[in-house]
Amino acid sequence: MTAPVIADELGPRGRRRVQLATAVAVAVIAGLLAVAFMRLFTKGQFSATRWKPFTELDTIRALWLALVNTLKVAAVAGALAAVFGGALALARLSLTAPVRWVATALIELLRAYPLLLLIFFMPKFLKLAGLDVEPFWPLAIALMLYNGAILAEIFRAGILSLDRGQREASLSLGLSYWQTMGLVLVPQAVRRMLPAIVSQLITLLKDTALGTAIFYDELLRRADGLGNQFGNNLQMYVVVGMVYVAVNYALSRVARRLEVRQRRRFGAAGIAVAGVEDLTAVEAGADAEVPAR
Amino acid sequence: MDLVLDNLDLLRQGLWLTVQLSLLGFAGAFVVGVVLAACRVGPVGPLRRAATVFTEAMRNVPLVVLLYLVYFGLPKVDLLFSPFQSGLIGMSLYSGAYMAETIRSGINSVATGQAEAARSLGLTFLQVLGLVILPQALRTVVQPIGNLFSAHVKNTAIAATIGAFELTYVANQIGEAEAEAITLLVAAGIGYVLMLLPTGWLFSVLERRLVVHR
Repeated sequence: MTAPVIADELGPRGRRRVQLATAVAVAVIAGLLAVAFMRLFTKGQFSATRWKPFTELDTIRALWLALVNTLKVAAVAGALAAVFGGALALARLSLTAPVRWVATALIELLRAYPLLLLIFFMPKFLKLAGLDVEPFWPLAIALMLYNGAILAEIFRAGILSLDRGQREASLSLGLSYWQTMGLVLVPQAVRRMLPAIVSQLITLLKDTALGTAIFYDELLRRADGLGNQFGNNLQMYVVVGMVYVAVNYALSRVARRLEVRQRRRFGAAGIAVAGVEDLTAVEAGADAEVPAR
Repeated sequence: MDLVLDNLDLLRQGLWLTVQLSLLGFAGAFVVGVVLAACRVGPVGPLRRAATVFTEAMRNVPLVVLLYLVYFGLPKVDLLFSPFQSGLIGMSLYSGAYMAETIRSGINSVATGQAEAARSLGLTFLQVLGLVILPQALRTVVQPIGNLFSAHVKNTAIAATIGAFELTYVANQIGEAEAEAITLLVAAGIGYVLMLLPTGWLFSVLERRLVVHR
Protein backbone atom coordinates (compact mmCIF):
# COMPACT_ATOMS: atom_id res chain seq x y z
CA MET A 1 0.00 0.00 0.00
CA THR A 2 2.72 2.41 -0.96
CA ALA A 3 0.51 4.05 -3.55
CA PRO A 4 -0.13 7.70 -2.81
CA VAL A 5 -3.70 8.04 -1.68
CA ILE A 6 -4.04 11.78 -1.85
CA ALA A 7 -2.69 12.76 -5.23
CA ASP A 8 -3.62 10.38 -8.00
CA GLU A 9 -4.34 11.94 -11.37
CA LEU A 10 -2.80 15.39 -11.50
CA GLY A 11 -3.44 18.19 -13.97
CA PRO A 12 -0.65 20.02 -15.82
CA ARG A 13 -0.13 22.56 -13.04
CA GLY A 14 -0.15 19.91 -10.36
CA ARG A 15 2.39 17.88 -12.32
CA ARG A 16 4.68 20.88 -12.65
CA ARG A 17 4.42 21.50 -8.94
CA VAL A 18 5.22 17.89 -8.18
CA GLN A 19 8.20 18.00 -10.53
CA LEU A 20 9.48 21.09 -8.77
CA ALA A 21 8.95 19.49 -5.36
CA THR A 22 10.71 16.35 -6.57
CA ALA A 23 13.72 18.35 -7.72
CA VAL A 24 13.86 20.20 -4.40
CA ALA A 25 13.46 16.97 -2.46
CA VAL A 26 16.25 15.27 -4.39
CA ALA A 27 18.49 18.28 -3.79
CA VAL A 28 17.73 18.33 -0.07
CA ILE A 29 18.20 14.59 0.38
CA ALA A 30 21.43 14.67 -1.63
CA GLY A 31 22.60 17.68 0.40
CA LEU A 32 21.92 15.93 3.69
CA LEU A 33 23.71 12.80 2.53
CA ALA A 34 26.65 14.91 1.35
CA VAL A 35 26.90 16.70 4.70
CA ALA A 36 26.78 13.37 6.54
CA PHE A 37 29.34 11.92 4.16
CA MET A 38 31.71 14.85 4.56
CA ARG A 39 31.35 14.74 8.31
CA LEU A 40 32.14 11.04 8.38
CA PHE A 41 34.98 11.54 5.94
CA THR A 42 36.71 14.40 7.75
CA LYS A 43 36.50 12.49 11.03
CA GLY A 44 38.19 9.56 9.36
CA GLN A 45 35.22 7.24 9.70
CA PHE A 46 35.76 5.89 6.21
CA SER A 47 39.41 5.10 6.80
CA ALA A 48 40.40 1.56 5.94
CA THR A 49 41.51 0.69 9.46
CA ARG A 50 37.95 1.16 10.72
CA TRP A 51 36.39 -1.04 8.07
CA LYS A 52 39.12 -3.61 7.64
CA PRO A 53 38.03 -5.73 10.64
CA PHE A 54 34.80 -6.54 8.78
CA THR A 55 36.81 -8.27 6.08
CA GLU A 56 38.70 -10.42 8.54
CA LEU A 57 37.49 -13.90 9.14
CA ASP A 58 37.88 -13.66 12.92
CA THR A 59 35.57 -10.66 13.17
CA ILE A 60 32.99 -12.17 10.88
CA ARG A 61 33.11 -15.40 12.86
CA ALA A 62 32.74 -13.53 16.16
CA LEU A 63 29.74 -11.61 14.89
CA TRP A 64 28.24 -14.74 13.40
CA LEU A 65 28.54 -16.62 16.69
CA ALA A 66 26.95 -13.67 18.47
CA LEU A 67 24.10 -13.71 15.98
CA VAL A 68 23.70 -17.41 16.71
CA ASN A 69 23.47 -16.55 20.43
CA THR A 70 20.83 -13.95 19.64
CA LEU A 71 18.82 -16.41 17.56
CA LYS A 72 19.24 -19.11 20.19
CA VAL A 73 17.80 -17.05 23.02
CA ALA A 74 15.06 -15.77 20.71
CA ALA A 75 14.10 -19.32 19.72
CA VAL A 76 14.08 -20.64 23.28
CA ALA A 77 12.23 -17.61 24.65
CA GLY A 78 9.81 -17.70 21.72
CA ALA A 79 8.95 -21.34 22.27
CA LEU A 80 8.56 -20.82 26.02
CA ALA A 81 6.45 -17.70 25.43
CA ALA A 82 4.15 -19.58 23.06
CA VAL A 83 3.53 -22.29 25.67
CA PHE A 84 3.19 -19.82 28.53
CA GLY A 85 0.98 -17.54 26.44
CA GLY A 86 -1.22 -20.43 25.39
CA ALA A 87 -1.69 -21.48 29.00
CA LEU A 88 -2.46 -17.91 30.06
CA ALA A 89 -4.97 -17.49 27.25
CA LEU A 90 -6.77 -20.72 28.16
CA ALA A 91 -6.75 -19.67 31.81
CA ARG A 92 -8.18 -16.28 30.96
CA LEU A 93 -10.97 -17.96 29.00
CA SER A 94 -11.52 -20.51 31.75
CA LEU A 95 -15.01 -21.31 33.03
CA THR A 96 -13.76 -21.04 36.62
CA ALA A 97 -13.91 -17.44 37.74
CA PRO A 98 -10.88 -17.42 40.11
CA VAL A 99 -8.63 -18.90 37.41
CA ARG A 100 -9.84 -16.22 35.04
CA TRP A 101 -9.12 -13.50 37.59
CA VAL A 102 -5.62 -14.71 38.31
CA ALA A 103 -4.78 -15.00 34.63
CA THR A 104 -6.22 -11.58 33.87
CA ALA A 105 -4.26 -9.98 36.70
CA LEU A 106 -1.05 -11.72 35.64
CA ILE A 107 -1.43 -10.71 32.00
CA GLU A 108 -2.20 -7.10 32.83
CA LEU A 109 0.64 -6.91 35.34
CA LEU A 110 3.22 -8.35 32.95
CA ARG A 111 2.09 -6.06 30.17
CA ALA A 112 2.40 -3.00 32.41
CA TYR A 113 6.07 -3.64 33.20
CA PRO A 114 8.81 -2.38 30.95
CA LEU A 115 10.64 -5.43 29.63
CA LEU A 116 14.03 -4.06 30.62
CA LEU A 117 12.92 -3.81 34.25
CA LEU A 118 12.07 -7.52 34.18
CA ILE A 119 15.39 -8.28 32.53
CA PHE A 120 17.31 -6.32 35.16
CA PHE A 121 15.58 -8.02 38.07
CA MET A 122 15.39 -11.58 36.77
CA PRO A 123 19.05 -12.43 37.58
CA LYS A 124 18.52 -11.05 41.09
CA PHE A 125 15.46 -13.21 41.60
CA LEU A 126 17.21 -16.28 40.33
CA LYS A 127 20.10 -15.55 42.64
CA LEU A 128 17.69 -15.13 45.54
CA ALA A 129 16.22 -18.49 44.64
CA GLY A 130 19.72 -19.90 44.87
CA LEU A 131 20.20 -20.34 41.14
CA ASP A 132 23.37 -18.75 39.90
CA VAL A 133 23.04 -19.27 36.18
CA GLU A 134 24.38 -17.81 32.97
CA PRO A 135 22.61 -14.63 31.79
CA PHE A 136 20.98 -16.74 29.08
CA TRP A 137 18.26 -18.02 31.40
CA PRO A 138 17.22 -14.80 33.14
CA LEU A 139 17.00 -13.18 29.72
CA ALA A 140 14.98 -16.04 28.26
CA ILE A 141 12.63 -16.09 31.25
CA ALA A 142 12.06 -12.33 31.20
CA LEU A 143 11.34 -12.48 27.47
CA MET A 144 9.04 -15.45 28.03
CA LEU A 145 7.02 -13.67 30.73
CA TYR A 146 6.59 -10.44 28.84
CA ASN A 147 5.92 -11.87 25.40
CA GLY A 148 3.86 -14.68 26.85
CA ALA A 149 1.42 -12.13 28.21
CA ILE A 150 1.16 -10.45 24.83
CA LEU A 151 0.86 -13.73 22.94
CA ALA A 152 -1.88 -14.72 25.40
CA GLU A 153 -3.86 -11.68 24.34
CA ILE A 154 -3.30 -12.52 20.70
CA PHE A 155 -4.44 -16.13 21.20
CA ARG A 156 -7.45 -14.99 23.17
CA ALA A 157 -8.40 -12.44 20.56
CA GLY A 158 -8.13 -15.19 17.96
CA ILE A 159 -10.38 -17.55 19.88
CA LEU A 160 -12.93 -14.82 20.60
CA SER A 161 -12.95 -13.74 16.97
CA LEU A 162 -14.25 -17.13 15.85
CA ASP A 163 -17.90 -17.45 15.07
CA ARG A 164 -19.72 -18.65 18.19
CA GLY A 165 -21.41 -21.26 16.04
CA GLN A 166 -18.10 -23.13 15.93
CA ARG A 167 -18.17 -23.64 19.67
CA GLU A 168 -21.87 -24.33 19.84
CA ALA A 169 -21.71 -26.85 17.04
CA SER A 170 -18.83 -28.80 18.52
CA LEU A 171 -20.39 -28.83 21.97
CA SER A 172 -23.67 -30.06 20.56
CA LEU A 173 -21.81 -32.81 18.72
CA GLY A 174 -20.90 -34.03 22.19
CA LEU A 175 -17.27 -32.94 22.28
CA SER A 176 -16.05 -32.04 25.74
CA TYR A 177 -14.80 -28.56 26.65
CA TRP A 178 -11.17 -29.52 26.07
CA GLN A 179 -11.93 -31.32 22.83
CA THR A 180 -13.79 -28.24 21.62
CA MET A 181 -10.83 -26.08 22.51
CA GLY A 182 -8.11 -28.36 21.26
CA LEU A 183 -9.70 -29.76 18.12
CA VAL A 184 -11.90 -26.92 16.93
CA LEU A 185 -11.20 -23.51 18.40
CA VAL A 186 -7.44 -23.33 19.00
CA PRO A 187 -6.37 -24.60 15.55
CA GLN A 188 -8.59 -22.04 13.82
CA ALA A 189 -7.53 -19.25 16.14
CA VAL A 190 -3.82 -19.93 15.71
CA ARG A 191 -4.18 -20.06 11.96
CA ARG A 192 -6.10 -16.82 11.93
CA MET A 193 -3.60 -15.11 14.22
CA LEU A 194 -0.47 -16.47 12.59
CA PRO A 195 0.63 -13.14 11.11
CA ALA A 196 0.19 -11.42 14.48
CA ILE A 197 2.08 -14.22 16.23
CA VAL A 198 4.98 -14.01 13.79
CA SER A 199 5.09 -10.23 14.20
CA GLN A 200 5.27 -10.62 17.94
CA LEU A 201 8.11 -13.10 17.57
CA ILE A 202 9.95 -10.52 15.49
CA THR A 203 9.49 -8.04 18.31
CA LEU A 204 10.87 -10.67 20.66
CA LEU A 205 13.91 -11.08 18.45
CA LYS A 206 14.47 -7.32 18.54
CA ASP A 207 14.09 -7.33 22.31
CA THR A 208 16.85 -9.91 22.78
CA ALA A 209 19.25 -6.99 22.25
CA LEU A 210 18.25 -5.87 25.75
CA GLY A 211 20.18 -8.89 27.00
CA THR A 212 23.23 -6.72 26.57
CA ALA A 213 22.17 -4.95 29.80
CA ILE A 214 22.72 -8.15 31.80
CA PHE A 215 25.86 -9.11 29.87
CA TYR A 216 24.41 -11.82 27.72
CA ASP A 217 26.87 -12.26 24.87
CA GLU A 218 24.50 -11.44 22.00
CA LEU A 219 24.99 -9.41 18.87
CA LEU A 220 24.95 -5.93 20.40
CA ARG A 221 27.24 -6.80 23.30
CA ARG A 222 29.70 -8.51 20.99
CA ALA A 223 29.61 -5.51 18.65
CA ASP A 224 30.26 -3.25 21.62
CA GLY A 225 33.27 -5.28 22.67
CA LEU A 226 34.70 -5.54 19.16
CA GLY A 227 34.04 -1.84 18.59
CA ASN A 228 36.06 -0.92 21.64
CA GLN A 229 38.80 -3.29 20.56
CA PHE A 230 39.12 -1.91 17.03
CA GLY A 231 38.08 1.64 17.88
CA ASN A 232 35.24 1.47 15.36
CA ASN A 233 32.10 1.57 17.50
CA LEU A 234 30.19 3.64 15.00
CA GLN A 235 30.82 1.18 12.19
CA MET A 236 30.03 -1.77 14.46
CA TYR A 237 26.65 -0.37 15.50
CA VAL A 238 25.77 0.45 11.93
CA VAL A 239 26.70 -3.03 10.72
CA VAL A 240 24.88 -4.74 13.58
CA GLY A 241 21.87 -2.51 13.01
CA MET A 242 21.82 -3.64 9.40
CA VAL A 243 22.05 -7.28 10.46
CA TYR A 244 18.98 -6.81 12.65
CA VAL A 245 17.15 -5.05 9.85
CA ALA A 246 18.01 -7.84 7.43
CA VAL A 247 16.91 -10.65 9.75
CA ASN A 248 13.74 -8.89 10.85
CA TYR A 249 12.88 -7.76 7.38
CA ALA A 250 13.17 -11.32 6.11
CA LEU A 251 10.92 -12.54 8.92
CA SER A 252 8.39 -9.80 8.35
CA ARG A 253 8.27 -10.79 4.69
CA VAL A 254 7.26 -14.23 5.89
CA ALA A 255 4.58 -12.66 8.08
CA ARG A 256 3.31 -10.60 5.18
CA ARG A 257 3.15 -13.65 2.96
CA LEU A 258 1.26 -15.60 5.61
CA GLU A 259 -1.15 -12.71 5.90
CA VAL A 260 -1.77 -12.55 2.19
CA ARG A 261 -2.31 -16.29 2.03
CA GLN A 262 -4.70 -15.99 4.94
CA ARG A 263 -6.68 -13.28 3.21
CA ARG A 264 -6.92 -15.29 0.07
CA ARG A 265 -8.05 -18.39 1.88
CA PHE A 266 -10.41 -17.02 4.48
CA GLY A 267 -11.54 -13.69 3.13
CA ALA A 268 -10.38 -10.81 5.29
CA ALA A 269 -9.66 -13.04 8.26
CA GLY A 270 -6.02 -12.43 9.18
CA ILE A 271 -5.33 -9.61 11.61
CA ALA A 272 -2.13 -7.68 10.96
CA VAL A 273 -0.06 -6.61 13.92
CA ALA A 274 3.46 -5.26 13.67
CA GLY A 275 4.41 -5.82 17.28
CA VAL A 276 3.36 -4.56 20.70
CA GLU A 277 3.34 -1.11 19.30
CA ASP A 278 0.18 -1.76 17.40
CA LEU A 279 -1.75 -4.39 19.20
CA THR A 280 -4.93 -2.41 18.68
CA ALA A 281 -6.62 -4.65 16.21
CA VAL A 282 -6.04 -7.56 18.51
CA GLU A 283 -7.32 -5.73 21.52
CA ALA A 284 -10.38 -4.49 19.71
CA GLY A 285 -11.13 -8.16 19.06
CA ALA A 286 -10.37 -9.23 22.60
CA ASP A 287 -12.50 -6.55 24.18
CA ALA A 288 -15.52 -7.80 22.36
CA GLU A 289 -17.77 -9.42 24.91
CA VAL A 290 -16.91 -12.86 26.17
CA PRO A 291 -19.14 -15.30 24.30
CA ALA A 292 -21.97 -16.97 26.12
CA ARG A 293 -20.91 -20.22 27.61
CA MET B 1 10.79 -1.62 52.37
CA ASP B 2 13.42 0.55 54.05
CA LEU B 3 15.48 0.55 50.91
CA VAL B 4 12.60 2.05 48.98
CA LEU B 5 11.77 4.63 51.64
CA ASP B 6 15.40 5.67 52.09
CA ASN B 7 15.77 6.19 48.36
CA LEU B 8 12.40 7.74 47.74
CA ASP B 9 14.05 10.93 46.55
CA LEU B 10 16.16 9.10 43.97
CA LEU B 11 13.15 7.14 42.78
CA ARG B 12 11.19 10.35 42.44
CA GLN B 13 13.98 11.88 40.37
CA GLY B 14 14.01 8.79 38.20
CA LEU B 15 10.26 8.93 37.76
CA TRP B 16 10.51 12.60 36.78
CA LEU B 17 13.04 11.81 34.07
CA THR B 18 10.83 8.98 32.84
CA VAL B 19 7.94 11.45 32.64
CA GLN B 20 10.08 13.87 30.65
CA LEU B 21 11.33 11.18 28.29
CA SER B 22 7.76 9.99 27.84
CA LEU B 23 6.12 13.34 27.14
CA LEU B 24 8.89 15.11 25.22
CA GLY B 25 9.83 11.97 23.33
CA PHE B 26 6.24 11.31 22.37
CA ALA B 27 5.76 14.89 21.23
CA GLY B 28 8.85 14.45 19.08
CA ALA B 29 7.53 11.14 17.81
CA PHE B 30 4.27 12.79 16.84
CA VAL B 31 6.05 15.42 14.76
CA VAL B 32 8.30 12.79 13.14
CA GLY B 33 5.27 10.57 12.53
CA VAL B 34 3.19 13.27 10.84
CA VAL B 35 6.08 14.32 8.60
CA LEU B 36 6.89 10.73 7.63
CA ALA B 37 3.25 9.88 7.00
CA ALA B 38 2.83 13.03 4.88
CA CYS B 39 5.87 12.05 2.84
CA ARG B 40 4.55 8.56 2.33
CA VAL B 41 1.13 9.54 1.04
CA GLY B 42 2.38 12.50 -0.94
CA PRO B 43 2.99 12.75 -4.67
CA VAL B 44 6.76 13.37 -4.44
CA GLY B 45 8.53 10.15 -5.34
CA PRO B 46 11.94 10.58 -3.66
CA LEU B 47 10.36 11.71 -0.39
CA ARG B 48 8.01 8.72 -0.48
CA ARG B 49 10.86 6.30 -0.97
CA ALA B 50 13.11 7.97 1.60
CA ALA B 51 10.31 7.93 4.19
CA THR B 52 9.53 4.28 3.45
CA VAL B 53 13.15 3.21 3.83
CA PHE B 54 13.54 5.24 7.01
CA THR B 55 10.35 3.86 8.56
CA GLU B 56 11.23 0.26 7.75
CA ALA B 57 14.73 0.69 9.12
CA MET B 58 13.48 2.21 12.36
CA ARG B 59 10.87 -0.50 12.84
CA ASN B 60 13.34 -3.30 12.36
CA VAL B 61 16.22 -2.05 14.46
CA PRO B 62 16.10 -2.72 18.21
CA LEU B 63 15.73 0.51 20.15
CA VAL B 64 18.85 -0.30 22.20
CA VAL B 65 20.96 -0.47 19.07
CA LEU B 66 19.62 2.90 18.01
CA LEU B 67 20.36 4.45 21.39
CA TYR B 68 23.87 2.97 21.40
CA LEU B 69 24.43 4.40 17.95
CA VAL B 70 23.37 7.87 19.06
CA TYR B 71 25.09 7.86 22.43
CA PHE B 72 28.28 5.87 21.81
CA GLY B 73 28.53 6.14 18.04
CA LEU B 74 27.85 9.76 17.15
CA PRO B 75 30.57 11.19 19.43
CA LYS B 76 33.01 9.70 16.90
CA VAL B 77 31.91 12.41 14.51
CA ASP B 78 31.92 15.01 17.29
CA LEU B 79 28.18 14.91 17.88
CA LEU B 80 27.93 14.70 21.65
CA PHE B 81 24.65 14.19 23.40
CA SER B 82 23.85 13.54 27.04
CA PRO B 83 22.15 10.23 27.83
CA PHE B 84 18.89 12.09 28.22
CA GLN B 85 19.24 13.87 24.89
CA SER B 86 20.29 10.66 23.17
CA GLY B 87 17.26 8.93 24.63
CA LEU B 88 15.02 11.71 23.42
CA ILE B 89 16.46 11.64 19.89
CA GLY B 90 16.45 7.86 19.57
CA MET B 91 12.97 7.44 20.99
CA SER B 92 11.47 10.23 18.88
CA LEU B 93 12.77 8.54 15.74
CA TYR B 94 11.82 5.02 16.85
CA SER B 95 8.33 5.81 18.11
CA GLY B 96 7.97 8.28 15.23
CA ALA B 97 8.24 5.44 12.72
CA TYR B 98 5.46 3.52 14.46
CA MET B 99 3.48 6.74 14.72
CA ALA B 100 3.86 7.24 10.98
CA GLU B 101 2.46 3.78 10.29
CA THR B 102 -0.45 4.43 12.63
CA ILE B 103 -1.27 7.80 11.10
CA ARG B 104 -0.95 6.33 7.63
CA SER B 105 -3.47 3.64 8.45
CA GLY B 106 -5.75 6.44 9.66
CA ILE B 107 -5.22 8.31 6.41
CA ASN B 108 -6.04 5.19 4.44
CA SER B 109 -9.30 4.87 6.36
CA VAL B 110 -10.53 8.29 5.23
CA ALA B 111 -12.80 7.90 2.21
CA THR B 112 -11.02 8.81 -1.02
CA GLY B 113 -13.94 11.05 -1.94
CA GLN B 114 -12.75 13.45 0.74
CA ALA B 115 -9.40 14.01 -0.93
CA GLU B 116 -10.97 14.13 -4.37
CA ALA B 117 -13.53 16.70 -3.28
CA ALA B 118 -10.89 18.79 -1.56
CA ARG B 119 -8.66 18.71 -4.61
CA SER B 120 -11.44 19.60 -6.99
CA LEU B 121 -12.08 22.63 -4.78
CA GLY B 122 -8.55 23.67 -5.71
CA LEU B 123 -6.72 22.94 -2.46
CA THR B 124 -3.03 22.13 -2.73
CA PHE B 125 -1.59 18.85 -1.44
CA LEU B 126 -0.59 20.34 1.90
CA GLN B 127 -4.00 21.95 2.30
CA VAL B 128 -5.78 18.73 1.43
CA LEU B 129 -3.66 16.86 3.93
CA GLY B 130 -3.64 19.41 6.72
CA LEU B 131 -7.18 20.76 6.51
CA VAL B 132 -9.19 17.81 5.28
CA ILE B 133 -7.47 14.44 5.63
CA LEU B 134 -5.41 14.62 8.81
CA PRO B 135 -8.16 16.03 11.05
CA GLN B 136 -10.33 13.08 10.07
CA ALA B 137 -7.52 10.54 10.05
CA LEU B 138 -6.25 11.41 13.52
CA ARG B 139 -9.72 11.00 14.99
CA THR B 140 -9.86 7.40 13.86
CA VAL B 141 -6.50 6.48 15.39
CA VAL B 142 -6.86 7.94 18.88
CA GLN B 143 -6.93 4.50 20.45
CA PRO B 144 -3.90 3.17 18.52
CA ILE B 145 -1.97 6.31 19.43
CA GLY B 146 -2.90 5.67 23.06
CA ASN B 147 -1.47 2.16 22.79
CA LEU B 148 1.60 3.58 21.15
CA PHE B 149 2.00 5.95 24.07
CA SER B 150 1.93 3.19 26.63
CA ALA B 151 4.48 1.22 24.60
CA HIS B 152 6.56 4.41 24.41
CA VAL B 153 6.41 4.92 28.19
CA LYS B 154 7.61 1.36 28.73
CA ASN B 155 10.33 1.82 26.13
CA THR B 156 11.75 4.82 28.01
CA ALA B 157 13.22 2.21 30.36
CA ILE B 158 15.65 1.32 27.58
CA ALA B 159 17.33 4.72 28.03
CA ALA B 160 18.73 3.12 31.19
CA THR B 161 21.11 1.10 29.01
CA ILE B 162 22.95 4.31 28.06
CA GLY B 163 22.93 5.59 31.63
CA ALA B 164 19.95 7.93 31.58
CA PHE B 165 19.01 8.37 35.21
CA GLU B 166 15.40 7.26 34.83
CA LEU B 167 13.19 5.02 36.90
CA THR B 168 14.45 1.63 35.71
CA TYR B 169 18.08 2.72 36.03
CA VAL B 170 17.52 4.02 39.55
CA ALA B 171 15.63 0.92 40.61
CA ASN B 172 18.35 -1.31 39.22
CA GLN B 173 21.11 0.66 40.91
CA ILE B 174 19.43 0.72 44.30
CA GLY B 175 18.57 -2.93 43.97
CA GLU B 176 22.19 -3.87 43.39
CA ALA B 177 21.96 -5.83 46.60
CA GLU B 178 19.54 -8.63 45.74
CA ALA B 179 17.83 -8.74 49.13
CA GLU B 180 15.08 -6.24 48.40
CA ALA B 181 14.71 -6.91 44.72
CA ILE B 182 11.02 -7.67 44.96
CA THR B 183 10.14 -4.47 46.82
CA LEU B 184 12.06 -2.41 44.30
CA LEU B 185 10.51 -4.16 41.34
CA VAL B 186 7.08 -3.45 42.80
CA ALA B 187 7.98 0.17 43.58
CA ALA B 188 9.27 0.81 40.07
CA GLY B 189 6.25 -0.95 38.61
CA ILE B 190 3.98 1.34 40.60
CA GLY B 191 5.85 4.28 39.11
CA TYR B 192 5.07 3.12 35.58
CA VAL B 193 1.48 2.31 36.42
CA LEU B 194 1.15 5.84 37.87
CA MET B 195 1.97 7.09 34.39
CA LEU B 196 0.03 4.55 32.38
CA LEU B 197 -3.30 4.60 34.23
CA PRO B 198 -4.10 8.32 33.94
CA THR B 199 -2.92 8.52 30.33
CA GLY B 200 -4.89 5.42 29.44
CA TRP B 201 -7.93 7.09 30.95
CA LEU B 202 -7.15 10.34 29.11
CA PHE B 203 -6.95 8.55 25.78
CA SER B 204 -10.24 6.76 26.33
CA VAL B 205 -11.89 10.10 27.11
CA LEU B 206 -10.34 11.57 23.96
CA GLU B 207 -11.52 8.55 22.02
CA ARG B 208 -15.10 9.08 23.21
CA ARG B 209 -14.98 12.78 22.41
CA LEU B 210 -13.28 12.62 19.05
CA VAL B 211 -14.16 9.46 17.23
CA VAL B 212 -16.95 9.88 14.73
CA HIS B 213 -19.00 6.75 14.41
CA ARG B 214 -20.09 6.12 10.92
